[in-house]
Amino acid sequence: MVDSEVLDEQAVEAADASHSAKVGDHQPGSTGISNQKLAMWAFLGSECLLFGGLISGYLLYRNNNQDGPAAAEIFDIPFTSVSSFVLLMSSLTMVLALSAITRGDHPRTRLWILTTALLGAVFIGGQVYEFTSFYREGLGYTTSPFSSAFFTLTGFHGVHVSMGIVMLMSLYFSSVRGKLKTENAETVEIVGLYWHFVDVVWIFIFTVVYLMAKGI
Amino acid sequence: MAITEEPPLELEAGDPLPEYAEQPLGVLTRPSGNTGIASWLFTVDHKRIGIMYGVFAMFFFLIGGLEALAIRIQLAVPGNDFLSAETYNQVFTTHGVTMIFLVIMPLAAAFANYLIPLQIGARDVAFPRMNALSLWVWFFGGLFLCSSVIIGGWWENAPDGGWFNYAPNHGVAFSPSKGIDFYAIGLQITGIGSLVSAVNLIVTCLNMRAKGMTLFRMPVLTWMLLITQFLLLFAVPVITVALFFLMFDRLYDANFFNPDAGSDPLLWQHLFWIFGHPEVYILILPSFGIISEVIPVFSRKPIFGYKVMVFSGIAIGFMGWGVWAHHMFVSGLGPISVTAFSMSTMLIAVPTGVKIFNWLATMLGGRLKFNTAMLFAVGVVSMFTIGGLSGVTHAVAPADTQQTDTYYIVAHFHYVIFGGALLGIFAGFYFWWPKAFGYKLNERWGKWNFWLQIVGFNLTFGPMHILGLQGMSRRIDTYSEGFGFELWNLVASVGAFVIFLGVLIFVINIFVSQRQAKHLPPVGPDPWDARGLEWMTASPTPEHNFDEEIEVQQVDEFWFRKYDIDDDGTVHRIATGDEVAQPGTATGVHLPAPSYWPMVLAAGLPFIGYGLIYNLWLCVLGGLLVAAGSFGWVFEPADDPDAHHGGHDDHGDHDDDPDTDPEAAAALDAPEGADDVAIESEEAPVG
Repeated sequence: MVDSEVLDEQAVEAADASHSAKVGDHQPGSTGISNQKLAMWAFLGSECLLFGGLISGYLLYRNNNQDGPAAAEIFDIPFTSVSSFVLLMSSLTMVLALSAITRGDHPRTRLWILTTALLGAVFIGGQVYEFTSFYREGLGYTTSPFSSAFFTLTGFHGVHVSMGIVMLMSLYFSSVRGKLKTENAETVEIVGLYWHFVDVVWIFIFTVVYLMAKGI
Repeated sequence: MAITEEPPLELEAGDPLPEYAEQPLGVLTRPSGNTGIASWLFTVDHKRIGIMYGVFAMFFFLIGGLEALAIRIQLAVPGNDFLSAETYNQVFTTHGVTMIFLVIMPLAAAFANYLIPLQIGARDVAFPRMNALSLWVWFFGGLFLCSSVIIGGWWENAPDGGWFNYAPNHGVAFSPSKGIDFYAIGLQITGIGSLVSAVNLIVTCLNMRAKGMTLFRMPVLTWMLLITQFLLLFAVPVITVALFFLMFDRLYDANFFNPDAGSDPLLWQHLFWIFGHPEVYILILPSFGIISEVIPVFSRKPIFGYKVMVFSGIAIGFMGWGVWAHHMFVSGLGPISVTAFSMSTMLIAVPTGVKIFNWLATMLGGRLKFNTAMLFAVGVVSMFTIGGLSGVTHAVAPADTQQTDTYYIVAHFHYVIFGGALLGIFAGFYFWWPKAFGYKLNERWGKWNFWLQIVGFNLTFGPMHILGLQGMSRRIDTYSEGFGFELWNLVASVGAFVIFLGVLIFVINIFVSQRQAKHLPPVGPDPWDARGLEWMTASPTPEHNFDEEIEVQQVDEFWFRKYDIDDDGTVHRIATGDEVAQPGTATGVHLPAPSYWPMVLAAGLPFIGYGLIYNLWLCVLGGLLVAAGSFGWVFEPADDPDAHHGGHDDHGDHDDDPDTDPEAAAALDAPEGADDVAIESEEAPVG
């Protein structure tokens, strides 16, 4: 208890000291973290349970394909590996964007933000292609418990990536309009938190959905 | 950040507040002013939002209460045909859903919104506009749920699967009306409200505390509410998944719960109760917090074992996640699961019991004053104990298999939800009423209110223990003569009307007290000689909460500014509450400005819901409202740079972060935009 009180007090003092100085729009609170960043962490905590529920539902039904195609017959591991690689690389470019804006290098910031969004879009394109080809091979949304669970889980992830792309494009355009200043670096960091989270979720999905189906 | 320390800037006498400053999108002027209905509808003030949560919840309480009366009329005598079986299914389902999601949870949210910032010494919550958003999302979601009673015929289309809505009964095959679609979508909408509110209040508790207000100096109520918000944060997404699965099953023929397609109906039960059991603590912990504030004040003693109180709350918060399958003992889980969940369920009674003993120890040797607030608080301690004990009998799996789906269960959960949560909320009403409205509720009417409610409550739900053990099933629309159910059902029905009378007296009391208060002296900031920071400002709370930041040095800071303890342990008063409290007269304090957009955004969601059920074109309309709300939000600075602006800058504290809301992702550059405008206004000569 003593520790936490001391820590809290230090945080309060830190917050107090920084109050007079103007630090962009994100100011540290009692914890020393800005409200916005803390809110994003809380939201991501909630998202863990959302994907936890979806993944549990999928695990229950992953071998329940009824008369429809089974997971092992239909997944194209090389293709999905490439699109997974693309998505993971977008986390790298996201970090480069944050690094650029922290240095005050705005053209680079825009370049890396745009690259991140583009890599995300390539991933989404791959998912659309994959869904289409599965559908042609006989795996519709209502075919079996497996198909419903698969499309719902990966679809939810796709929607999350798309939301991330919307956020990134908003960052890009506000940077173009000169509204994303060096002191707003934390906004990029917060979008980055979301983006990395969505990537980490994909690592789980790729493992649990794709690799486990092939027994790899 | 805590509230600003810079001295509030006085406006010159006779200088009117600027009417508005900004025209977002160039079309609409920003709402302004402190009076009139618009000042409530578009407010971002946590106190007004809290009061609106309370008012709207009481409206839903009336609906849920009338449904309860209808149930009791139907069951008063055997073979009754007051309600048809189909209607009866809908009535008990909407009664449960309404009372849980539209009454108890929002009443707790009312206290959370009103009191958390005051108790931690903050100016407002972390994200005021998001706070308004969660209110309106919840309220419109609630109206959407209730509209199922009217749309498509009177009691034709309401949900009819029970509040927990088991599979496969909730499928289109067994419930062909649109009711369960309303359930699935309506609860998703109210869930968005809960989630936004949880994020907001967690950040507020952790990040907006006044100087010196460490976590272990926060009042027990704030602690319990913080734990509740964490439970919501993690429980809401689980029910969201279940509701999405259900919605996809019903609307798009997915195969999550349909046994004909080879799915497992038990998936619903697991997902529902992984949410549902933490939900039970979401309902009860705020009430525990409320009575932990009331009992010390009217026992004239500090809370017994403050840290133990907090830690037992945290322990309940964690253990609440490991007991869900005790709702499913008869579903064939297998002996190992049943044993494990039996044991964890018995274990969770320990921190709860610790709390009960702490309240008793707080009262022990105190100078007790049994006014209405205290009576309700003591009512919680006694009634919740009965409910808790019958809960322990459910933990014994062999006994539980006999009790499952009988009136014994109905008795149990009403003792914890009505006897625990709701009575605690009434204690809170009587306790904080003078703080919120500036007058005390009448004690004489209050005592009638309490005694009618507690007697009616025990008349209604006490006999249900017996009925349940006699074997009367819950959710049956009628029963035959000769099973021995007649007497106790009649008693329960009479009791329900006594409860109704008790609540009616509460409503009358509000108006009577308000009228009487005109002839009484003002209550002053501290009518109960209380302990928390919320009493350290004027009553009713001024819009800006505190004139200046309070520096906190200990638990019960306010009390220790009024009293001194000698070395030999005697307590003597060194100041009155009026002397210590702030006058609340500061003017020109910089406050977050009202906004239309949270309401516009929230209003779009029910249209999307109706669209999914009836006609996709309505989704377009709803989507446009959501988009308009998001874009309005983006282009509007979080703070109106001119209205209420004293010239100093603390707007960073109140910036909203739309990043946390994926639907408002487009609102991303709001903080930047907000900042820019504010900076520009600063550079411009003020006044």
